[in-house]
Amino acid sequence: MTDSKYFTTTKKGEIFELKAELNSDKKEKKKEAVKKVIASMTVGKDVSALFPDVVNCMQTDNLELKKLVYLYLMNYAKSQPDMAIMAVNTFVKDCEDPNPLIRALAVRTMGCIRVDKITEYLCEPLRKCLKDEDPYVRKTAAVCVAKLHDINAQLVEDQGFLDTLKDLISDSNPMVVANAVAALSEIAESHPNSNLLDLNPQTINKLLTALNECTEWGQIFILDCLANYTPRDDRESQSICERVTPRLSHANSAVVLSAVKVLMKFMEMLPKDLDYYGTLLKKLAPPLVTLLSAEPELQYVALRNINLIVQRRPEILKHEMKVFFVKYNDPIYVKLEKLDIMIRLASQANIAQVLAELKEYATEVDVDFVRKAVRAIGRCAIKVEQSAERCVSTLLDLIQTKVNYVVQEAIVVIKDIFRKYPNKYESVIATLCENLDSLDEPEARAAMIWIVGEYAERIDNADELLESFLEGFHDESTQVQLQLLTAIVKLFLKKPTETQELVQQVLSLATQDSDNPDLRDRGYIYWRLLSTDPVAAKEVVLAEKPLISEETDLIEPTLLEELICHIGTLASVYHKPPSAFVEGSRGVQHKRLPGSAGSGESVDSPDPGSAAGASEAPPAVIPSQGDLLGDLLNLDLTPPTTTGPPPAPSSGMQLGAMDLLGGGLDSLLGGDLGGGAAMGAGFGAAPAAMPASFSAPVSGGLDDLFDLGGGVGMPMGAYSPPKTIWLPAMKAKGLEISGTFARRAGVIQMEMTLTNKAMSVMTDFAIQFNRNSFGLAPAGPLQILTPLSPNQSIEASLPLSTVGPVMKMEPLTNLQVAVKNNIDVFYFSCQYPISMLFVEDGKMERQVFLATWKDIPNDNESQFQIKDCHLSSDATSNKLQGSNVFTIAKRTVEGQDMLYQSMKLTNGIWVLAELRVQTGNPNYTVSLKCRAPEVSQCVFQSYEAMLKN
Amino acid sequence: MSASAVFVLDLKGKVLICRNYKGDVDMAEIDHFMPLLMIHEEEGLLCPVLSHGSVHFMWIKHSNLYLVATTNKNSNASLVYSFLYKIVEVFTEYFKELEEESIQDNFVVVYELLDELMDFGFPQTTDSKILQEYITQEGAKLEVAKSKVPTTVTNAVSWRSEGIRYKKNEVFIDVIESINVLVNANGSVMSSDIVGSIKLKTMLSGMPELRLGLNDRVLFALTGRDKGKTVVMEDVKFHQCVRLSRFDSDRTISFIPPDGESELMSYRINTHVKPLIWIESVIEKFSHSRVEIMVKVIQRKMKYRQFKKQSVANNVEVRVPVPSDADSPKFKTSTGNAKYVPEKNLVVWTIKSFPGGKEFLMRAHFGLPSVENNELEGKPPITVKFEIPYFTVSGIQVRYMKIIEKSGYQALPWVRYITQSGGKLLTQH
Repeated sequence: MTDSKYFTTTKKGEIFELKAELNSDKKEKKKEAVKKVIASMTVGKDVSALFPDVVNCMQTDNLELKKLVYLYLMNYAKSQPDMAIMAVNTFVKDCEDPNPLIRALAVRTMGCIRVDKITEYLCEPLRKCLKDEDPYVRKTAAVCVAKLHDINAQLVEDQGFLDTLKDLISDSNPMVVANAVAALSEIAESHPNSNLLDLNPQTINKLLTALNECTEWGQIFILDCLANYTPRDDRESQSICERVTPRLSHANSAVVLSAVKVLMKFMEMLPKDLDYYGTLLKKLAPPLVTLLSAEPELQYVALRNINLIVQRRPEILKHEMKVFFVKYNDPIYVKLEKLDIMIRLASQANIAQVLAELKEYATEVDVDFVRKAVRAIGRCAIKVEQSAERCVSTLLDLIQTKVNYVVQEAIVVIKDIFRKYPNKYESVIATLCENLDSLDEPEARAAMIWIVGEYAERIDNADELLESFLEGFHDESTQVQLQLLTAIVKLFLKKPTETQELVQQVLSLATQDSDNPDLRDRGYIYWRLLSTDPVAAKEVVLAEKPLISEETDLIEPTLLEELICHIGTLASVYHKPPSAFVEGSRGVQHKRLPGSAGSGESVDSPDPGSAAGASEAPPAVIPSQGDLLGDLLNLDLTPPTTTGPPPAPSSGMQLGAMDLLGGGLDSLLGGDLGGGAAMGAGFGAAPAAMPASFSAPVSGGLDDLFDLGGGVGMPMGAYSPPKTIWLPAMKAKGLEISGTFARRAGVIQMEMTLTNKAMSVMTDFAIQFNRNSFGLAPAGPLQILTPLSPNQSIEASLPLSTVGPVMKMEPLTNLQVAVKNNIDVFYFSCQYPISMLFVEDGKMERQVFLATWKDIPNDNESQFQIKDCHLSSDATSNKLQGSNVFTIAKRTVEGQDMLYQSMKLTNGIWVLAELRVQTGNPNYTVSLKCRAPEVSQCVFQSYEAMLKN
Repeated sequence: MSASAVFVLDLKGKVLICRNYKGDVDMAEIDHFMPLLMIHEEEGLLCPVLSHGSVHFMWIKHSNLYLVATTNKNSNASLVYSFLYKIVEVFTEYFKELEEESIQDNFVVVYELLDELMDFGFPQTTDSKILQEYITQEGAKLEVAKSKVPTTVTNAVSWRSEGIRYKKNEVFIDVIESINVLVNANGSVMSSDIVGSIKLKTMLSGMPELRLGLNDRVLFALTGRDKGKTVVMEDVKFHQCVRLSRFDSDRTISFIPPDGESELMSYRINTHVKPLIWIESVIEKFSHSRVEIMVKVIQRKMKYRQFKKQSVANNVEVRVPVPSDADSPKFKTSTGNAKYVPEKNLVVWTIKSFPGGKEFLMRAHFGLPSVENNELEGKPPITVKFEIPYFTVSGIQVRYMKIIEKSGYQALPWVRYITQSGGKLLTQH
């Protein structure tokens, strides 16, 4: 007899029939009916209409029936909250049943009924069950506290259940202890500030004792809980490690991984010269290797974690290369992870073996795996210098196979090898060129084009090769287009005589016929560069590139530390901090490894030194956006400040192009002397046709360029917004004023361009300000000496003082201006960035900062998000310093850089800021504290403006 | 901490049964699982963790079922997978086969088990022997009086109940070693390892204390003993009954065994092993017409340590892969039987009994269609399976098994040794 028969009664009026059966007097019939109801529920039918009838069956001494009714309740109580009250009495009664199985069942089920109304009825039964004589009931009640807390945290706290739960940690029964620990950890995780698990040496000792006695799952709860503890010193750390290491022999992989987590974390505190440290390292390797014989999913989790462990402590597995060799029948996800670890473990000692394996893999059939294997060969070359030659010849062998995707992948990695060992393996270029036609993937095409451009002088027919790509320019992907543009410009700079036409062609394709702003911008930049100063162009475009490092694919050290604290969890599988994928975990403290031993610092010290100490000389990592193609100009360009519509191709532009090439060529050929100047003249006609962002005076062109470049390493000046039109000609009888503000050498300058769009000459200019929030006033008269003829523009710079009359404006930085000329008086208003008012002596002393920060009430603190910012914290700090925002201290906490900054306004108001920069997260958070909180909004806006320009 | 809910799905993604443990993930989210899995499978990016929005699915596949756990927290992933496999183990012990039919046939028990196995995402009692004491398939016949929690559930010894009685007290010890050897095309050994396990069949009364003595080199070094052959075990994993801290301190394997069959321990040995059975093969593929295969198996001469006699390998099975479009097989063997298994693209050659020092030959001939199969095929290796009784490659030996029970009965330990292939691989071409 099987239960499947319950699924087959699908007749009309079924619910009605069931109702009748449920109310039957016969026990057996009742039970059958409940089974049918549960069967219907299982296949997804809605049987909630039977709620009262099913609940009526609850009072039974048949355990099986009771369990079924409870199951029904758990499923439907939420949809019938009012009727769920009916069940309360039975629950309360069952909690006092002489049979512990029933008591536990009742307390377990009632916690699963997530109906707010009935929770308070459950407090008394729960309290009794927590003190029950039977450990089975107590262990179930412990979990119930966590359930109740999830529904109504306040109630649990008010009722004092948390304290009872804490007491259960000292229970005599190991399973009760384990569940109490699990419940407390769960509550603590969702309420990070509750400080529930105040672990102290006494509780730790209790946990360690229970560890030896409880079930495998209980051991995991306890180990995960232990991992959150920070030992007081290295002695305590060692003694805990000693008691945890036996767990490494447990048959359950999850127990092993949790034990590894505790050991990896506590190991940080042990002095390296301690014998025990070495012993521990040795003990860790075998269990990690054995994890690879577990089920594939567990293997996968293990491999993802080993990947982290290998990065943190390469010495543990350095001799275990062979176990990571791929097996024929491994699932693909295991294969790919093994490959990754093989590369991380590759060294001079084992490289021959690794290469032989990789070559074998490259001939398999699984395309993704083969590709990754080919890439791995390239990574080996970059990682182990001695093997580079072998790798290159292996790659060449693979290219000879003519298997399309193998060839393409090989070319992509050879490009990287060139970047690491320039001028070493160029002899293979000929072979690569032979395969040009077979490349159909953008990445491979781009790589090949890069190679041709980079080594243009050694490839006789480089121009022909590049020209062949140019034919289908618009069908190429952006990646290829950008690369082609750069390569042809390189070629032109190397062989200017033969390639004029080509470069002209590509520049016009890029700037005129493309809708892609990145491509257009790069086209203009090159064009500009070539026309302004070809020598500089050479320096920029052909600049020596930073070498690719093997470390590019390492996880950033602070993130790695955090992930080590999460070994075995999803975070360690995703290689992402929990905050990146768990909702509502934003305020949660990032976990970090304890400081290394002997540093003498307390672990909570905010000094960044302890974090740095623990991560022993973090490897220099090339910023990830400097993608592997990374020539200087490939760095992410921030979009130009003015995003106008693309300029219509005009004859002026065409003319400019001609000029450009003529002039450019001259100066290139004419050597360095005077080239720049000659060029400027030759280019005279072009600016008018350039888009707005380029219409600044020619001399500013290069500056603009570098401003765009962002992190290229140029010293940053104070931020000054681009000019905007303040007074349109329409409103001022032909006078147009556009302007901006700048702060130069401590003086605020109002910079204006006055354009006469009327028919008559303008003279007698004067200017006046209305009263404003910070007392800005002209420090002298407006100096426009010559009359302004029709269609003429003039630049005027007006120094401002801050001693004028004060009146609070709305918005705060609004400035009302009156300009007079021989025709009339015109009024306009404009806003200045508050950063103009940041004075040069705005750097606060550290101590003063700390005191002031504390002193300013929290109500005055405001927090903002700056989105899409791609600067490192150092670049940020440099950039802001240019605008007199001073970084006083920097702290690195779990992958976040915290910059503490101060600034002082001209009227003596201090603004304190805390800027949080998280690696890999383009959104910064800035918290501002100021005694005059109304300035915060303006300061924030200027933060955004300063950082994004 | 771990799972919010656990689902059992059929191959099409239909939910057969599920249990919501925490209520923080919408149960309807499971509908995204199957489409997500298909997308990943198509892209060749299959992965044991899939995510949809803030929900993460951790899944395993068992015969024609998917077992899926959902969560929206940073769960302990290794715990979840271990737990899912534990569910498979428990269900299999309850229903013999875990498949769609057995779930449906036993849904009441399945619900009861799911309720007992995990609470609020925390795995609880998962020992099926103990579970069987209070969750039975004959729920109807269960008397109220009998349905008490066995104290075992919460005992420190959670794997053995009290009051077990046997007329004759015996324990059977099986030492099973499987060797994995990977040989490349040139005939050189790429990797080899031995995975051993010691299995017990315990038929002892009461709560006996057992101590197992092996010729473990570390132990011998510790105790200063220095005679006889010893074995270095690379990594040892124990059943939860073994006192790990005791082993850690003085290498003593002491435990109270679970009743009936169980795996006491497993170990790994990293020494270099010569393949016990050697394969030579010539595979000639004539495109568009035929493929000819010649395979030679040789068993190395070995002497048993215990009794000086030639070894014999039993149930030798040589599996030779053939192209998927091969047809009309013809075989010729010097011993045993060869059989074509088209659904696996294999020729399986079985030899019941294979004395040491001998060698045998098989020839196979297949036709190939004149139209070439465009699909690239992998090059699966030739594999060999075998068993050699009364023999361990590593030389591990059970030196003693001490059995102490307070009633003071005499018990007999029996020991058997066997070596198996863990799937010996030979890369061809």
